[in-house]
Amino acid sequence: MTRQQVLDLYFMEARAKVIDLSAFIDRVERATGQEDFRMAAFRTALGELGKTQPQKARNVLLALSDPTIEPIPAAITKAACGAWPGKSS
Amino acid sequence: MRYIEPHGHMVSRTTDDYIDMATAGCHAVCEPAFWAGFDRSSPQGFYDYFCQLTEHEPKRAAKFGLAHFTWLCINPKESEDVKLAEEVVAIIPKFLDRPNVLGIGEIGLNKNSRNELKVLELHIDLAARTNQMILVHTPHLEDKLKGTRLIVDAIKSDKRIQPERVIIDHVEEHTIEIPLDAGFWAGMTLYPESKCTAARAVDMIEMYGGERLWMNSACDWGVSVPLAVPYAALEMKRRGHAPEVIDRMIYQNPVRFLSQSPKFKLPKA
Repeated sequence: MTRQQVLDLYFMEARAKVIDLSAFIDRVERATGQEDFRMAAFRTALGELGKTQPQKARNVLLALSDPTIEPIPAAITKAACGAWPGKSS
Repeated sequence: MRYIEPHGHMVSRTTDDYIDMATAGCHAVCEPAFWAGFDRSSPQGFYDYFCQLTEHEPKRAAKFGLAHFTWLCINPKESEDVKLAEEVVAIIPKFLDRPNVLGIGEIGLNKNSRNELKVLELHIDLAARTNQMILVHTPHLEDKLKGTRLIVDAIKSDKRIQPERVIIDHVEEHTIEIPLDAGFWAGMTLYPESKCTAARAVDMIEMYGGERLWMNSACDWGVSVPLAVPYAALEMKRRGHAPEVIDRMIYQNPVRFLSQSPKFKLPKA
């Protein structure tokens, strides 16, 4: 596909998503209390979007991932929360 | 259009979903054993589940002309209790000769714990001893990268396992190269919120060539779409992919991988 064709096919969808993201950040910032590690990771991930390197989706996912390599001692929950808290959970 | 649903948890779906899938061109559905949304309390609970997967569900699918296949294991979400897992792994061989059992799955990791890894190794050993294919679940969200690395290392370290008989499922942009570079197949799961959208899956097909890739809906009791594979085919069509390329991704590739089991036979059209 040409770049023009990609834009024709996906621009409106991406436009809606970036507005949704902006509204989400506004909503968080209007709310009271402190942000947690998820929002910090989210802001780091957003920083990847403005860079010129390719593979932005991959780099966003990496920004939200546990980078460690050792198994954790025990699973105390089954759930994932979408961002790495910065230490082995 | 014809397609294979290579990963669907049909015990959690309604009969209407079978009708929709058959109407959309599905020829076969493959159902890995998974977590029911709550922990089973005994090996007997798994025994009954394996009976459901090998006796009841194939009959339910057959009513709509669909072949039904399955993979057996104790899911990583229930692997923290090693004693229970050992008891469940011990009953799996009783079911391996059943006609719709393709292998061991979906095994893997959930939170990447030591016990989960121990139970993964039990399953890998079982697959190696019984010459079974393997279908792997990779962890969710922030745990996926680490878990995918640990899983691939664990399987590669068992030299009895042939990589081309293993599929690592639920890959995303940051993990897809790990199984492909190691000679495994990779699966992309099409979910509305987590895992992968159809557009991103088609991006990865375009970037990595689609030689050892498949797409699945992994429809279950959570937010998921049983027709996600045909929707992804529509996404490929929107981008101008030729019908034969689409057919390769949604039909021929799953058939090529699954046919490594002599039990994978499709009903005559």
